[in-house]
Amino acid sequence: MAMQRILIIGASSAIAEATARIWAARGAELFLVGRRADRLAVIAADLRVRGAASVGCHRLDATDIDGHAAMLDAAIVAMGGIDIALIAHGSLPDQKACEASVAMTLKEIDTNALSVIALATRLAELFEGQGSGMLAVIGSVAGDRGRQSNYIYGAAKGMIGIFLQGLRNRLARRNVQVLTIKPGFVATPMTAAFSKNALWARPEAIARGIVRAVDKKSDVVYLPGFWCAVMLLIRHIPERLFKRLAL
Amino acid sequence: MLSSWGQLPAAPARDERWWADRAAALPETGSTLLAYGNGRSYGDVCLNGGAMLLHTRGMDRFIAFDPASGVLRCEAGVLLSEILEVFVPLGWFLPVTPGTRYVTIGGAVANDVHGKNHHRAGSFGCHVRCLELLRSDGSRRLCSPQENSDWFAATIGGLGLTGLITWVEIELKPMAGSAIAVENARFNGLDEFFAINASAEAGHEYTVAWIDCLAATPRGILMAGDHAAPGEAGCPRAPSPLPLAPPRLPVSLINELSLRAFNQLYYHRRLPANSRMHYAPYFYPLDSIAHWNRLYGRRGFFQYQFVLPLAERAALTEILRDIAASGQGSFLAVLKTFGAVRSPGLLSFPMPGVTLALDFPNHGRATLALFDRLDAIVGAAGGRVYAAKDARMSGEFFRRSNPRLDEFTPYIDPKFSSDFARRVML
Ligand SMILES: Cc1cc2nc3c(=O)[nH]c(=O)nc-3n(C[C@H](O)[C@H](O)[C@H](O)COP(=O)(O)OP(=O)(O)OC[C@H]3O[C@@H](n4cnc5c(N)ncnc54)[C@H](O)[C@@H]3O)c2cc1C
Ligand SMILES: NC(=O)c1ccc[n+]([C@@H]2O[C@H](COP(=O)([O-])OP(=O)(O)OC[C@H]3O[C@@H](n4cnc5c(N)ncnc54)[C@H](OP(=O)(O)O)[C@@H]3O)[C@@H](O)[C@H]2O)c1
Repeated sequence: MAMQRILIIGASSAIAEATARIWAARGAELFLVGRRADRLAVIAADLRVRGAASVGCHRLDATDIDGHAAMLDAAIVAMGGIDIALIAHGSLPDQKACEASVAMTLKEIDTNALSVIALATRLAELFEGQGSGMLAVIGSVAGDRGRQSNYIYGAAKGMIGIFLQGLRNRLARRNVQVLTIKPGFVATPMTAAFSKNALWARPEAIARGIVRAVDKKSDVVYLPGFWCAVMLLIRHIPERLFKRLAL
Repeated sequence: MLSSWGQLPAAPARDERWWADRAAALPETGSTLLAYGNGRSYGDVCLNGGAMLLHTRGMDRFIAFDPASGVLRCEAGVLLSEILEVFVPLGWFLPVTPGTRYVTIGGAVANDVHGKNHHRAGSFGCHVRCLELLRSDGSRRLCSPQENSDWFAATIGGLGLTGLITWVEIELKPMAGSAIAVENARFNGLDEFFAINASAEAGHEYTVAWIDCLAATPRGILMAGDHAAPGEAGCPRAPSPLPLAPPRLPVSLINELSLRAFNQLYYHRRLPANSRMHYAPYFYPLDSIAHWNRLYGRRGFFQYQFVLPLAERAALTEILRDIAASGQGSFLAVLKTFGAVRSPGLLSFPMPGVTLALDFPNHGRATLALFDRLDAIVGAAGGRVYAAKDARMSGEFFRRSNPRLDEFTPYIDPKFSSDFARRVML
């Protein structure tokens, strides 16, 4: 396999870090982007020991749209180009608090959707120009249908799902891959407060699925795979019935 | 809920915290704290009923590696299996490894674990160059044989009581390949064991023996090994782990009948004098069955491991006779001699002598009474019992058999405690 130059945004996320470890073991070049420089440095050192050919770091809050261009320039300078970009950052809103606060609702949409769309737009332009590239974005099964317990997050993830669909369609003949990753329940710091059952996956398992999907140039993956069937079912429940369910 | 490997009934912790950031301050808590690595200790050294456990598996980052010297620094929650995965392909091996690779490096330090090369390499702590210790007063100490050497000696084998180990630096050893050349030999009786073991130790890096503790005269198989360059046929592959773990069982599948049958078959199986195998089945025969501890059922099981000075072979015979007579005892009884390399820890288990480890299904009072009889023999012979495996020894016996305990206690962190500490140290 050719050497891969990989940009990871939200690199301190548990799922992104587990994915980066697999890529590092293959000898990839990595460029890590996130809000906390100290955490990025710790992760970068680990990835170097695990075999990454090089690891660069860049501090950025993804909602700082004005900082995106400089970040991409830094990644290109550090690695000499970008073959794969993984957008992994996200936050799980406090749904109840959002219902009582417009500001909070819009902030969550900003973090989980607008910042992602801004990044994807620039990366699409870059990849289209170079005639190659893989853009992988972590969405969520929550984006497949709105539910009362989690619809702010779901709306944001749903928005990026549709956006990426269009982008995929646009770039299909430009040798650019667009991958939408839809994990189910994953035990990470984001979900530390939830009690877990057999439906929950570990970030390492999701990471293996992401690497596989990137290798296979997939379009959309549910991880673990059984969520594909579960969501098919959920999407097909008639709205008249669905609106009465406690979901 | 976090539990230890023996699955014995124990009070749960009140608060279990996933710990991922080595730079973070310890949590504020009204109760005591204890690090929990990967729970491969059999008894209660990794438990803190009613109080707080920090699950250190989240601290699993490598920090630095020097390919010239093999010096590796990593966070305390890294598993030995993760070190092997990354470094065996590069030609490096662990300087010392216990019989399972699913232990954290912090746990390996805190129990100062030993392996099949003790006669040459000593315990794990002999290969630790330095570590960082985080105390509940917020202080961080670099501890090594040179710097803060008293803290170093207390923390190696310190059972997690001196504070939180955040990272450890060890020296990996270069090796010829991931194959192990094994020489097998049957023995009948302890005299024969000691004779062939002495020559095996002189000629081989690793030695370990399995013994059938239910037989009238103890018999078994000695397996000596050395790292070997992969043969012409290439390196033998590791067996893939069984796809399924045993379910939780209400009763133990391990009983006198199944044990006798197993031991009989195991002793008489076809045994090549020489073979070459992947390192995993040699060092970690049980790792291919996830959660094999569940075979012992809901009541759980004990492991009893002791060491005796070499001069006390008569006591070893007496112990084996007691166990055989009891009809209890285990699948894999492991017999090994420890060499003269001194362990750096104040409470380290190894001493020059012979050590035996056996599993026992939990039959309640009958099992506990047997252990008390064995303790008396071990104690009279100047030996000790391994804390990492223990869930029941008396405080009086622990204190008598660990003469340096008084030197150790001043280093216990006032906010750290464990079920084990409360049981035997106070
Ligand atoms: C199948 C099997 C075979 C084994 N074979 C051997 C053997 O051959 N030789 C041998 O010596 N042992 C052996 N053991 C025992 C095992 O190696 C030890 O119990 C080991 O310490 C377990 O490590 P752990 O990470 O699971 O730690 P735990 O069991 O979770 O904890 C062990 C101790 O370490 C402390 N600790 C853990 N992390 C830290 C930290 N970061 N800072 C401070 N304290 C910490 C805990 O508080 C506790 O006191 C075996 C166990 C099994 C299950
Ligand atoms: N866990 C699940 O069950 C689950 C299910 C489906 C989808 N997902 C998605 O998977 C992705 C990874 O999440 P995770 O589960 O691995 O959780 P995580 O470990 O909590 O990671 C979330 C990451 O997002 C980063 N982040 C949040 N806001 C940011 C911002 N404004 N700018 C830059 N970085 C920001 C965080 O950075 P800091 O380290 O600086 O806080 C953190 O690294 C997310 O997109 C999440 O929505 C998760």
